[in-house]
Amino acid sequence: MITLQDIHKHYGAVRANDGISMEIAEGSIHGILGENGAGKSTLMKVLAGFVRKTSGTIRLDGRAADYKGPGKATQLGIGMLYQDPLDFPSLSVLENFMMGRSRGVSSNKGSHRHQLEDLAGSFGFRLDPDTPVRKLTVGERQQLEIVRLMALGVDVLILDEPTTGISSHQRQVLLTALRKLASRKKTILFVSHKLDDVEAVCNRVTVLRQGRVTGEMDKPLETSRLLGWMFGSTPESHPRSEVEPGDNILTMKEVSSPGGRTGLIDCTVTVRQGEVVGLAGLEGSGQDVFLRLAAGLIKPEKGMIRVDKDVMTGRDHHAFRECGATFLPAARLEEGLIPGLTITEHFALQAGRGVLVPWEQSRESAAEGIDRFRVVGTPPSPVESLSGGNQQRLLLALMPRDPILLLLEHPTRGLDVESAQWVWQQLIGYTATGSSIVFSSAELEEILQVASRILVFYNGVVVKDTQTRDTNLAEIGKAIAGKV
Amino acid sequence: MEDLHLAILLGSIVAGAAPILLATLGETIAEKGGVINLSLDGSILLSAMVAFAVSYQSQSLCLGFLAGAAAGGLVALIVGFFSIYLGQSQVAVGFVLTLTARDLAYFFGNPYSRLYGPQAGPLPIPMLHEIPFLGPILFQHTMPVYGSILLIGLCWWYLYRTPMGLRLRAVGENPQASYARGTNTRRVQLLSTLIGGLLVGLAGATFSLCTKPGWGRPQGAEGTGWICLAIVIFGGWHPVKAAFGAYLFAFLQVMGIHFQGWWPSIPAQVFQVAPFPLMIFTLVLMYAAQLERESMVKKRPPWLQRLLNMLGGNAPAALGKAFIPE
Amino acid sequence: MVRRTVGAYVLMLLGVLCLTTLIVLAAGAPPFAAFYHLFEGSLGSWTKFAQVLTRWIPLTLCSCGLVLSFRIGLWNIGVEGQVVAGAISATAILRMSAEAGFPGISLVLVFLGGMLGGGVWAIIAGLLKTKGGVNEIFGGLGLNFVAQGITLWLIFGPWRRPGVASMSGTEIFPSSLWLPTIASLRLSPIGLVLTVVALIAVAWILTRTRLGLAFKGIGNSPKAAYIHGLKPGRYMLYAMGMAGACAGLAGTFQVTGVYHRLIPSISSNYGYLALLVVMLANYNVSWIPVIALFFVCLSVGSIQLPMMLQLDSSLSGIVQGALVLGILFLHAWRKRTQERNS
Repeated sequence: MITLQDIHKHYGAVRANDGISMEIAEGSIHGILGENGAGKSTLMKVLAGFVRKTSGTIRLDGRAADYKGPGKATQLGIGMLYQDPLDFPSLSVLENFMMGRSRGVSSNKGSHRHQLEDLAGSFGFRLDPDTPVRKLTVGERQQLEIVRLMALGVDVLILDEPTTGISSHQRQVLLTALRKLASRKKTILFVSHKLDDVEAVCNRVTVLRQGRVTGEMDKPLETSRLLGWMFGSTPESHPRSEVEPGDNILTMKEVSSPGGRTGLIDCTVTVRQGEVVGLAGLEGSGQDVFLRLAAGLIKPEKGMIRVDKDVMTGRDHHAFRECGATFLPAARLEEGLIPGLTITEHFALQAGRGVLVPWEQSRESAAEGIDRFRVVGTPPSPVESLSGGNQQRLLLALMPRDPILLLLEHPTRGLDVESAQWVWQQLIGYTATGSSIVFSSAELEEILQVASRILVFYNGVVVKDTQTRDTNLAEIGKAIAGKV
Repeated sequence: MEDLHLAILLGSIVAGAAPILLATLGETIAEKGGVINLSLDGSILLSAMVAFAVSYQSQSLCLGFLAGAAAGGLVALIVGFFSIYLGQSQVAVGFVLTLTARDLAYFFGNPYSRLYGPQAGPLPIPMLHEIPFLGPILFQHTMPVYGSILLIGLCWWYLYRTPMGLRLRAVGENPQASYARGTNTRRVQLLSTLIGGLLVGLAGATFSLCTKPGWGRPQGAEGTGWICLAIVIFGGWHPVKAAFGAYLFAFLQVMGIHFQGWWPSIPAQVFQVAPFPLMIFTLVLMYAAQLERESMVKKRPPWLQRLLNMLGGNAPAALGKAFIPE
Repeated sequence: MVRRTVGAYVLMLLGVLCLTTLIVLAAGAPPFAAFYHLFEGSLGSWTKFAQVLTRWIPLTLCSCGLVLSFRIGLWNIGVEGQVVAGAISATAILRMSAEAGFPGISLVLVFLGGMLGGGVWAIIAGLLKTKGGVNEIFGGLGLNFVAQGITLWLIFGPWRRPGVASMSGTEIFPSSLWLPTIASLRLSPIGLVLTVVALIAVAWILTRTRLGLAFKGIGNSPKAAYIHGLKPGRYMLYAMGMAGACAGLAGTFQVTGVYHRLIPSISSNYGYLALLVVMLANYNVSWIPVIALFFVCLSVGSIQLPMMLQLDSSLSGIVQGALVLGILFLHAWRKRTQERNS
């Protein structure tokens, strides 16, 4: 029996977990539902010892437990299956299984092998002990991790979005295994955004939204109530600039590509001039892959991509740039900005050709950009000294004046509501002159407010493609949760 | 007569490869844990000097070897400390140390130049050394040479058959995951760096007490350290493949001396230098093989696939980057 | 805050001083005498100082080039080979002009040839990295050995002295092909001017040109630079080529201004030493001339040591290395205190 009492986890001003309390019964499969930013992953990381909670109490069977680090958590019987598996790709399945367990000189491979095969077999997993882990599919790596945690004597198993990126057969095997584990008095925490999975296997569900518990329910589960708790009530949709869409700007035909957990599968989408397209869905369901394909940063395995009139399939990012596709990455300091360079220097990088750097002109452009996008900083400031929100503004200020196709990963991340609205005002102004915007966002509300068209991604597939005026929050929420 | 000539030739290859083998295996262990010790060349020289000086003063070979090992271990510890605990670039520290260790060797070794000191003598294994052909190749060597041969198996066993070796490989592969499983990554890395350094020290001692006895400026071991670093990559960070690389290099060196006799028109320098571009060419080949292997699009004949797999190296994924756990 | 930093540097210098003293004592020699000879040997007379400057020239030239390759994030350990390649090219041109009977051929051609030789050698290492996936450290290293091999082959083969081929190198060039020097000092003003020009040029490239900015951007974050429209591979080749050209200049100077022939150790370790100079200068062009001068004073001064105190001259190398290690330690210490404060 696990009790969470008033758990808080703050990252500076951001309250990822804002006073969460719940009880998880032994031998149950307890679902944690919520959409992007709800705080599910953070809460589980706190429970698994990977992250230190800001305040609150965790009780295991009534006794308060204070532990630091995943190693300690495992000793107490709590183990977690991460979205990105923490394993060793070049080592074999058996070695991954054994690593960290035995001491001394002899490694006892034989007995570990038996244990691995027995445990795997009891769950219906088929794992070859001698294959290197990098050859396994995501589902198989999960299975290995479950078996390893069970061998360590873990009683509480936390699974974070486990059915993302695995085949439907593997999903069946996993859900069956979970039921078996529960019957053996193991406690399972099942974190997901997918209603189908939660309904299939959970006894009880807690719904989180924006760091707080918004509702709890036992089996049998009512879809509409859950959706309401997950997404909140329908907000007023604000009037947005309605521009008549023009010619095709971006065409994707049956494009497939691996990437992230799910990749992108068989995507056929056409974006027209003047459209503002929002990519909705749980993070990592294919939106990033879509944007990067459109920017030429990833080459598709199958299919055809066209920007404006030119076929761009297989060409590199700089060619896409020449055609007018501008990409704004989400990782500000790793991909968007160059640490160690000042604001002026970033503008200087964009200032045309020639041998010499036009410093005066760059300084002026920098000052102008700072002014227009209200960046708190001066031209000679190094970009890593800016706050996250100001880095985001700077990224927006660095965009070209007359963009043809804007591909934005989380364009308003780190900005407060007022700034975000102001930024969108600027961006939508571009559409009046024929620019198209395609953006991903973790906030469904933002998409509903700003986009003229919404694409919903689920498990790597575009499951819904609709004009915003023809849909509402409930419908989009359903699609995100997998219930089209 | 031809047989004997060939056997002696092969025997000299085995003997000449001993220090290279020791250093290469040591560095393989260190790099498996994720730490690259660029100071190899200087380390070897310094430990060669220390080993010779100590054994000269004490007239004890054993002390000489121990001292040499200690010197190599100390230099490696400095590299490890700067990287693991201070977060500095392994390449920067290693490079500086390779120069400084060499300078220290020349400086302190000055009084021992051109002196005649203890040398490791051949220890033929009773009975085995009389086997025709194999005898001279394998069983008429000095202690360090026997040690180097045994070390191949020992290294392999340590890395692939013991829990400590598994932990080491895991840390070099994914330090975050190892940390998440409760391993003290810092300690493991420092230990592997130290072990590597001790073996490198033994290699240096083998030079000055066995293979190229004595001390001087130059000693004759200059440049070996760099080659060992290349052999580690050539061997795909696997002790047996690395050993093959070491013997190959020794073969090229010995051949270089002999070919000179057969083909006097080709200058000696070509043979001395030949191993290096060969190594580079192999590295390029390995890279191409890796690219081919990773693009799983094409269907290829199984023999080609196996060749690609063999050529492709498996660099420890975390090589060269320091992991500082929070 | 500033006082703390200065204090830390002073402490580090004192530390190195103490270490050097201990080392000299351990070798059984009087420390003060050692320090005295180090500085007397380099600064004691105009002749000696001229020797210092003659060595300062190639060291600084190499360092200039290395600042560029470091800026783009590359470890150009192949700089030694690039010096040799420049020397070989220069020798080839000089031989051609001597044989063809054009003793007055413009030294400009020779220097250009040297720059080209060094530049090409560096670009080979660059291509090995960008197209062949070979780390520039190993590519450069391999090429160092190959360059050394080619030098030996030339000295003992096609370019050997008539009669006796020896380690003392090729035949000395006629004096018409020597760099002009200042009377008895044997110091070449052209060399000095070249070095100053190189320093200014590199500083200018880094601060005023698009190329320098691109180097900086790619060196700090190749991924982000790519998204900003820069091609990291191409610029790496530029940087390597320029670094090689500077090294080639150094090699050319060695041939035309110092040895007047090709010898086996024509690079005299300046390449590796230049790497230390640049590290100690914290990759900053303005510090290079001073640090290079200091290093050369140590090297030249240490020549006295074997004669005067029966010490090996590599004491200078030990001091140089200890200083760089000290700087690295300082960096780590400062990073730690910065992190603790934030």
